[in-house]
Amino acid sequence: MTRAPGKLFGRSVPRIEDRALVSGRGRYLDDLAPEGCLAAAFVRSPYAHAIIEGIDAAEARALPGVHAVLTLADLRAVLTSDRLVTALPSPAFAFQLDRPVLVDAETVHVGEPVALVIADTRALAEDAAELVEVDYAPLPAVADAVAGLAEGAPSAHRDLPHNRVARFGFDYGPVDAAFASAPHVVQGAYQVHRGGAHSLEGRGVLSRPDALTGRLEVWSSTQTPHALRRALAGLLGREEEAVLVTAPDLGGGFGPKLVTYPEEIAVAAASLLLSRPVKWVEDRREHFLSTCQERDQDWTMEMALDAEGRILGIRGTLVHDHGAYTPRGLNVAYGAGVTLPMPYNVPAYRLDIQVALTNKVPVTPIRGAGQPQGAFVMERLLDRAAMALGLPRDEIRRRNLVRPEQMPCEKPMRMRGGEAAALDSGDYPATQAEAQAAADWAGFPTRQAEARAQGRRRGIGIANYVEGTGRGPYETATVRIARSGRVLISTGAAAMGQGTATMIAQVAGEQLGGDLSRIDVTCGDTRQSLGFGGFNSRQTVTAGASAHAAALEVRGKLLKVASHLLEVSPDDLDIAGDRVAIKGAEDRFRTFAQLAAAAAGLPGFPLPGIDTPGLEASAQVDVPAMAYSNGTAVAEVEVDPDTGRVRVLNLVLAHDCGVMVNPMTVEGQVAGGVAHGLGGALYERMIFDEDAQPLTATLADYLMVTAAEMPPLQILHRESPSPLNVLGLKGVGESGVIPIAAAVLSAVDDACADLGLHAARAPLSPADLRALMRAARSAA
Amino acid sequence: MSKHPVTLTVNGRPHAIEVEHRKTLADALREDCRLTGTHLGCEHGVCGACTVIVDGAPVRSCLMFAHQAEGAQIRTVEGLAEGETLHPLQQSFIDHHALQCGFCTPGFLMLAVAALERDPEMSDEELVEVLSSNLCRCTGYVNILKAVRAWAGARTAAPA
Ligand code: FES
Ligand code: FES
Repeated sequence: MTRAPGKLFGRSVPRIEDRALVSGRGRYLDDLAPEGCLAAAFVRSPYAHAIIEGIDAAEARALPGVHAVLTLADLRAVLTSDRLVTALPSPAFAFQLDRPVLVDAETVHVGEPVALVIADTRALAEDAAELVEVDYAPLPAVADAVAGLAEGAPSAHRDLPHNRVARFGFDYGPVDAAFASAPHVVQGAYQVHRGGAHSLEGRGVLSRPDALTGRLEVWSSTQTPHALRRALAGLLGREEEAVLVTAPDLGGGFGPKLVTYPEEIAVAAASLLLSRPVKWVEDRREHFLSTCQERDQDWTMEMALDAEGRILGIRGTLVHDHGAYTPRGLNVAYGAGVTLPMPYNVPAYRLDIQVALTNKVPVTPIRGAGQPQGAFVMERLLDRAAMALGLPRDEIRRRNLVRPEQMPCEKPMRMRGGEAAALDSGDYPATQAEAQAAADWAGFPTRQAEARAQGRRRGIGIANYVEGTGRGPYETATVRIARSGRVLISTGAAAMGQGTATMIAQVAGEQLGGDLSRIDVTCGDTRQSLGFGGFNSRQTVTAGASAHAAALEVRGKLLKVASHLLEVSPDDLDIAGDRVAIKGAEDRFRTFAQLAAAAAGLPGFPLPGIDTPGLEASAQVDVPAMAYSNGTAVAEVEVDPDTGRVRVLNLVLAHDCGVMVNPMTVEGQVAGGVAHGLGGALYERMIFDEDAQPLTATLADYLMVTAAEMPPLQILHRESPSPLNVLGLKGVGESGVIPIAAAVLSAVDDACADLGLHAARAPLSPADLRALMRAARSAA
Repeated sequence: MSKHPVTLTVNGRPHAIEVEHRKTLADALREDCRLTGTHLGCEHGVCGACTVIVDGAPVRSCLMFAHQAEGAQIRTVEGLAEGETLHPLQQSFIDHHALQCGFCTPGFLMLAVAALERDPEMSDEELVEVLSSNLCRCTGYVNILKAVRAWAGARTAAPA
């Protein structure tokens, strides 16, 4: 199923990013320190919900080294509006709640920025921030999405009539008829909990008004520099051309850096007010308190099946915790709902989704963006159905998976942009079979019996997933041969550590000599007027397609100019390294540098065989539909009944992300996603108390997976080319995370099958598991 | 807060700087010595991104004051390569795709170099144990372990 790699395309070449990064020569946001730069620290709300009755900053302002303490009233001098509008539109909104640049009168979550202190150093700014006296009158807080929807619950924003920010859903097929006549119906209530993204580098922004050019220059650790530029231009009343946004090296993204934040606007406004460069770097505590989070969802579902275990229908309800604002619209809840039935044949489906406001950090996508929850619920239901019907868990999946002959498989659902939800390609049953074979599924009963004989509980679990990737409409890529002969590529695609520059260089370089050392890539380039950046595992598909198209055009021009100069047909020419040479007479050539100089033209001379000067092309290939990657995870675990500890002994992930540009970096993406997924299965939980106060605000309380928790991991690749783009590409950045909680909890159930245990909550802590085992024993 | 002079010896070179007593070694390295290869991921001693080597031992430089490091031999990621030649562990990280965003990488490099220089015969379990003291969000650790193992193996295989 793999195709022959090219010189660069399809090869596991080392990344062009790495040498600087291993040498300590990365340029991350906090490494940028322009002359005269001031530091910012935010005063943040300690209450989940309160009215601000006054701010007294006199003492803070008096501290030597403090340049300003700014509230929203101060920033208004340069702002065109108090609110940062970033949400994607949806008709389902009852109300849209945009974040203020700084809190005005009412704060709605702990950590919300209330005021901004600018000082000579960050330490001083923090000292001063502690001296700012804010008079808060606390209001009742909504700490739980389900409780917040109940009649008589307090409102998360005092002026709102209720907390139901949106209600929508999916409804197709004869759902009720299916349930009325089904021989089997299984039910379950499932919860997935909040976690953070926790890129090792937090957010950060540096803003510098340039007195010479009149431009505002902004550097931000963002996944979407174009969106930030748009927001800055709008809120600061400038043309986009007068704002230059650069994303330096990012120390990870994983989702939350895709929305523009109030801090980015506030820091830029402060730098304008003070006519000085100002920098703010988020610390870990702030990341816990103020960077968007995800995954709190509460599902109550049932599944109807026929006597053979074929799904007849699925119905139920989902309450989605949206946090205190709507920065990204409804996409996470939407993604969860649309994902649930996607990999399987589900003839009827009805899901009622209520999106609930709470007084917590807003919810926007984190690696997976609703898909892990959708997959979790579907896979848990299938395990329950398998148990009820007495079918093996792999068999019930085989009977329901979308089959290869159904591809492309259109579903009776729409994506949030209105296009039909459709799977484009893949062989899901074969992927599952591969994962099972690699995990020695067939041999597991023997391993389990052996463990049992020694008094140990072992289990195996399985989960399938699909990942919607390559969200359009396009990404810009421009390819140019400079006079130096180097290939310069610039793209709106933003790098956050995935190796985007290498990927683009491989795609374009394949057409332009195949030598990575001659290629320079600028990512997240806002000198390109149009672009989006990184989210939805989109960039390999969208920017890859555009880079390919632009490179082909430049290749054509290279050949034309060379054919003119060498007086042979373009068909007789070959490109290798930085030379275009005559086939069979490689000593007759022109270098890229020579061709670039010729293509630029000379005064009074005609262009050399080309209609437009220069060796440059730009492309924005339209990507109308999403390419679906798919995969299967198999987890083997051991459960310690005394401590409730779950040890993952082995993980296999068979996946198919279409044609791979660089199998090595694909594997890296998958492995990283798996680790994050393991965190979501067993460890990572953002805990709040009943007043919506966060209780996990250090990495000592919030447990991320370390090398010690990582089990042996086997990753298997299949390549079903996507018919949706010429290169056959699909995305993969979020794949690894999606099936892991479902597979691990399936294995835990299996280890405790004698107790009839069914884990319904992720993450599953040792205490949770002990409680489940106790309950199962007393029910037995 | 008043500043006080201190000389830090970093990668064999003295840096005479003036910093407050409360300034951490990490901040002093980054801001006063302009060695920004050492990163801060948590500033509370958990993530290990700030790991440097102080007198042969891996140290979380966010938990040490700059003034405490006076007189010590400090090594940072900037000192690993010999001119244009990367340290073999740096090369191994590239070869095994042990980094993605690279933010955690200097910390892992310094941690592994210190640990294996002290105990070249370290068992695989001990190695995993040591490396589990740092966090990486990107790689899932699989390739970091491969890269360190490959270098450790090559070191013990090669004559001293
Ligand atoms: S920054 Fe020092 S341990 Fe995290
Ligand atoms: S490579 Fe990004 S945190 Fe490790």
